[in-house]
Amino acid sequence: MTFIYFIASVLAASCFLCLYRIGHGPTAPDRSVAIDILGTVVVGFVALSAVVMRKDFYINLAIAWALVSFIGTLALSKHLEGRRFDE
Amino acid sequence: MSNHEIVGYIFICIGAIFDFFGCMGLVRLPDVYNRLQAATKCVTLGTMFILVGAAVVTATPAIAIKAILCALFVLITSPTGAHALARGSYLSGVKLWNKSVTNKFEERAEEIKKTYSGETK
Repeated sequence: MTFIYFIASVLAASCFLCLYRIGHGPTAPDRSVAIDILGTVVVGFVALSAVVMRKDFYINLAIAWALVSFIGTLALSKHLEGRRFDE
Repeated sequence: MSNHEIVGYIFICIGAIFDFFGCMGLVRLPDVYNRLQAATKCVTLGTMFILVGAAVVTATPAIAIKAILCALFVLITSPTGAHALARGSYLSGVKLWNKSVTNKFEERAEEIKKTYSGETK
C-alpha cells in the first residue's frame, strides 16, 4: 500500500502544479491550458482509485470526467477566439 | 502479488511520473504554446499508461474494457482539445515567446481574422 501512496502523492503534486498555473498564469489561455491538463490528470487519479477500491463505477466516473473536460476545453477555446458557442 | 499485478503497477508508476513531468513543464516553460505542447503530450501518454495499468492490474472485464475505452477516448480528445486551445489563444492575440523561431500560422490567422470581421459587418 505504500506504493499506492507514492503514486497518489505524485499525482496530487501534479494537480498542485496545475493549480499554481491556474492561479498565477499571466493570460487567460494559460489558465485554460492548465484547466484542460488538470482534467486529464484527474482522469488518471480516478483510474487509480478504481484500482484501489476494485469498484467498476470509478471507471464510469473517469469516462464522464474525460467527456466533460473535453467539452469544456472546446467551449473555452471558442470563447478565446471571441466567437459564440453555436458557430 | 501476482505477475500481472506487478506489470500493471509498473505501468501506473510510469504514467504517474509522466504526468508529473508534464505538469512541471506546464509550470517551468516560458510561453503558452510551449506549455501547451509539453503538458499535453506528457499528460496524454501518462494518463493512457495509468488507464492501461488499471486494466492490467484488476483484470476483470467490467473494469478492463471500460479502462481501455477511456484510454482510446483520451488519446483522441486530448490532442483535439489542445489544437483548439492553441488556435483560440493565437486568435485571441497572445504573442509568441521572443526567442521563438518560426510561425507558420501567421498568414492563415490574418485570413481568418478578415473572414470574421467581414461576417460581423
